[in-house]
Amino acid sequence: MAKITAGVGSSHVPLLGVAVDQGKSRDDYFGPIFAGYDWTREWEKAEKPDVVILVYNDHASAFDANIIPTFAIGCGEHYKSADEGWGPRPVPDVEGHADLAWHIAQSLILDDFDMTIINEMDVDHGLTVPLSMMFGQPEKWPCKVVPLAVNVVTYPVPSGNRCWALGEAIARAVESFPEDLNVQIWGTGGMSHQLQGPRAGLLNREWDNKFLDLLESEGDAARHIPHIEYLRETGSEGIEMVMWLIMRGALGKKVKTLNRHYHIPCSNTAIGHIVLEPVD
Amino acid sequence: MTEARQNIHEYLAELDDIPGTRIYTAARARKGYWINQFAMSLMKADNRARFKADERAYLDEWSISEEAKVALMARDYNTLLDLGGNVYFLSKLFSSDGIPFAEAVSTMTDMTWPEYRQMMLDGGRAPQGNRSIKGGY
Repeated sequence: MAKITAGVGSSHVPLLGVAVDQGKSRDDYFGPIFAGYDWTREWEKAEKPDVVILVYNDHASAFDANIIPTFAIGCGEHYKSADEGWGPRPVPDVEGHADLAWHIAQSLILDDFDMTIINEMDVDHGLTVPLSMMFGQPEKWPCKVVPLAVNVVTYPVPSGNRCWALGEAIARAVESFPEDLNVQIWGTGGMSHQLQGPRAGLLNREWDNKFLDLLESEGDAARHIPHIEYLRETGSEGIEMVMWLIMRGALGKKVKTLNRHYHIPCSNTAIGHIVLEPVD
Repeated sequence: MTEARQNIHEYLAELDDIPGTRIYTAARARKGYWINQFAMSLMKADNRARFKADERAYLDEWSISEEAKVALMARDYNTLLDLGGNVYFLSKLFSSDGIPFAEAVSTMTDMTWPEYRQMMLDGGRAPQGNRSIKGGY
């Protein structure tokens, strides 16, 4: 039986990918950010997940303005790093787990989540930066990945409640997969940031940490945070944090915190990172 | 018939109550569709080269208003947000111009790029007074 053994939350700022690719991750600017991931990189080496369900958003790379899926699951065999306008990141191709992905997709649809299914796409920094943060620069990624793309750009984006419920449904789907697999679920994006308009540059250390506290706590209060609260408190792009709720929803009622890290700033963004383990 | 969980009109009205912010609503997505699709086209090297060779001629191939074409050529990103541009699409123009994302973002504020960069190093823009137009908090 497959099982979700841990949840990871992480920002996916593109500049972090640049820092890795250009060997700057230990300089004065990036050093304190990457230091907060050191524990996780060692832990991942020991955990050896078979598959990561990686919740992220596409930044006008695989999807243009034409088709806007709210929840889309990658069911392909492999994905290439997207060219986001300055050439693809020099990272390994991402290997999918088509059997598990199709199983999750079918289970979710029967569970009232009307998923969009993607067979072929390129994956952008939203997906590859978290892989670099957790695994460094291997020749080949050490696990397979099921990409799960969420619309957090065009409003209305899915509610926190819906994201949490999707996480719960993903956990049920994984547990009904017959093969023994060690599965992690990662929620990425955020934390506070605003990339547009005269209010750009807004950061909110206090709110972000309150959000991390909620994720660590028993119960599901975080699912009821309305969109307007993310937008007012954490900037227009802080809404990406609803994707962390999919991760948290998949872990059940009680969790244990294994690592937690927060740093301001990286470019325009507050960096947050958390590793949670479900407690039965 | 049961009531909707959230009334869409009330939801959208709240989104317009944030200072200095243009939430990318369906209305903006409709209005700015071709601005964003134009920006998306810059992900292809051939299109970037044609755009750089003659910006006006390249823009004239698209169903974009004169106001938006002028704003695109001027890199006037606040006007482009008003016209339905979205920052993730417009960022294709930042990268075609070869400028850092944060530098392009800084042009939408009342700060210079060095001032904006320093604000971020100092902890970013505070939420106090920046949350609500009506509420002023």
